[in-house]
Amino acid sequence: MTRGGPSVAVLDYGIGNLRSAQKALQRVGADARLTADPTDIAAADGVVLPGVGAFGRCSQALEASGLTEVARAAALDAGAGGRPFLGICVGLQLLFAASEESPGSAGLGVLEGTVALLPEGVKRPQMQWNRLDHESGHAGHPMFAELGDEPWVYFVHSYSAPVDGDTVATCEYGGTLCAAVARGSLWATQFHPEKSGDTGLAVLGNFVAAVAA
Amino acid sequence: MHTVRVIPCLDVDGGRVVKGVNFVGLRDAGDPVELAARYDREGADELVFLDITASSDARDTILEVVRRTAEEVFIPFTVGGGVRSVEDARGILRAGADKVSVNTAAAERPELVTELAAEFGSQCVVVAIDARRSESAPSGFEVFTHGGRTPTGRDAVAWAVEAEQRGAGEFLQTSMDRDGTRDGFDLEMLSAIGVATAVPLVASGGVGTLDHLVDGARLGGVDAVLAASIFHFGEHSVAEAKAHLAAAGVVVRPAAG
Repeated sequence: MTRGGPSVAVLDYGIGNLRSAQKALQRVGADARLTADPTDIAAADGVVLPGVGAFGRCSQALEASGLTEVARAAALDAGAGGRPFLGICVGLQLLFAASEESPGSAGLGVLEGTVALLPEGVKRPQMQWNRLDHESGHAGHPMFAELGDEPWVYFVHSYSAPVDGDTVATCEYGGTLCAAVARGSLWATQFHPEKSGDTGLAVLGNFVAAVAA
Repeated sequence: MHTVRVIPCLDVDGGRVVKGVNFVGLRDAGDPVELAARYDREGADELVFLDITASSDARDTILEVVRRTAEEVFIPFTVGGGVRSVEDARGILRAGADKVSVNTAAAERPELVTELAAEFGSQCVVVAIDARRSESAPSGFEVFTHGGRTPTGRDAVAWAVEAEQRGAGEFLQTSMDRDGTRDGFDLEMLSAIGVATAVPLVASGGVGTLDHLVDGARLGGVDAVLAASIFHFGEHSVAEAKAHLAAAGVVVRPAAG
């Protein structure tokens, strides 16, 4: 098992399969730790906010773990070019203010807009591999270094974030969906890099490289 | 874009792959983690481990398989077989699996599906439906449990509809008439389930040729095709299966170059 390398705090707030994210980050050279301790999180070189299941349940679990403000502050800092932060799946959606999935639940509100239900006419969830399309002007984003022209990644989601100026990659599924966002050192993926084989490991490796920089 | 997933299935007994695995180049053909890593390299989109361990005292061995797989293989995987409670599922998910599959226990106590979906989210909950053709079932297909041996009197399509309402996130539909025959999927059974439900549907049972995979993948409502023996015996690699599907016009994630 890899030890050493830049330290990455994977926020452990009692949801889902965090072990995969931890193991994948370790595979690409990070000293990745599952933690809910604000002191550990403050000391880490980078922060990962995972998330699976419903937006509202994740929001409540984050609150119950006392990590809402910790996560918000870390994401805002990253968005301003500070310490790198990576949101994964619902961890991306939580960066926004709200979701149609859970109208009563607040997101972190670091990015603008509301997470919306996938379009009509396609199965929900999108539970499949899909090809990433780089938004024009973002093909050279460091998130995608060394990925090749047609990266395929694994999605599981029924809701997606708005496509706007922070969107760096999309996928086609009943329409053009937000697949990844970036603002400063704040990165987030709707897909699961920890479950996207070598392509996903490359994305995580790019994040760890940013953490180490 | 809708893509069809190709899913090799590994039967695991006491922590070892069973149903003859015949590969050149594996150090230990019985090690599920080594086989899983091979399928990953060949371009498998996902994996299913089916724990067929009979003795309860050996069941913890599957958790060790899950833990080791999560350290080596970075594609989604589902674990099924003997999941009877929220706590069984929690152990499997915490060990690193992405989804749990429930079968007999859910057919006997459908509330289990509701409980799992509430606790972990529907995306984690696969309901495996083993069915046979039956004149007594309204849809013509009856649910069987205990590895296809025990008739339940439950209609397969009605059960799928109920399970979806209870929060099933995916169906793994196996024709027990076809399982092991290598005669191809029961396309009518798959179609009946696919039309009646809206969540992803994995076709299983009977694959003997690559054309069988195409038949299933082309069927409306099918999102993934699962097979075991055609991959285990080294007749066809996952990469060959994907190339065959792509040549037939099915959109798949290309196998790694």
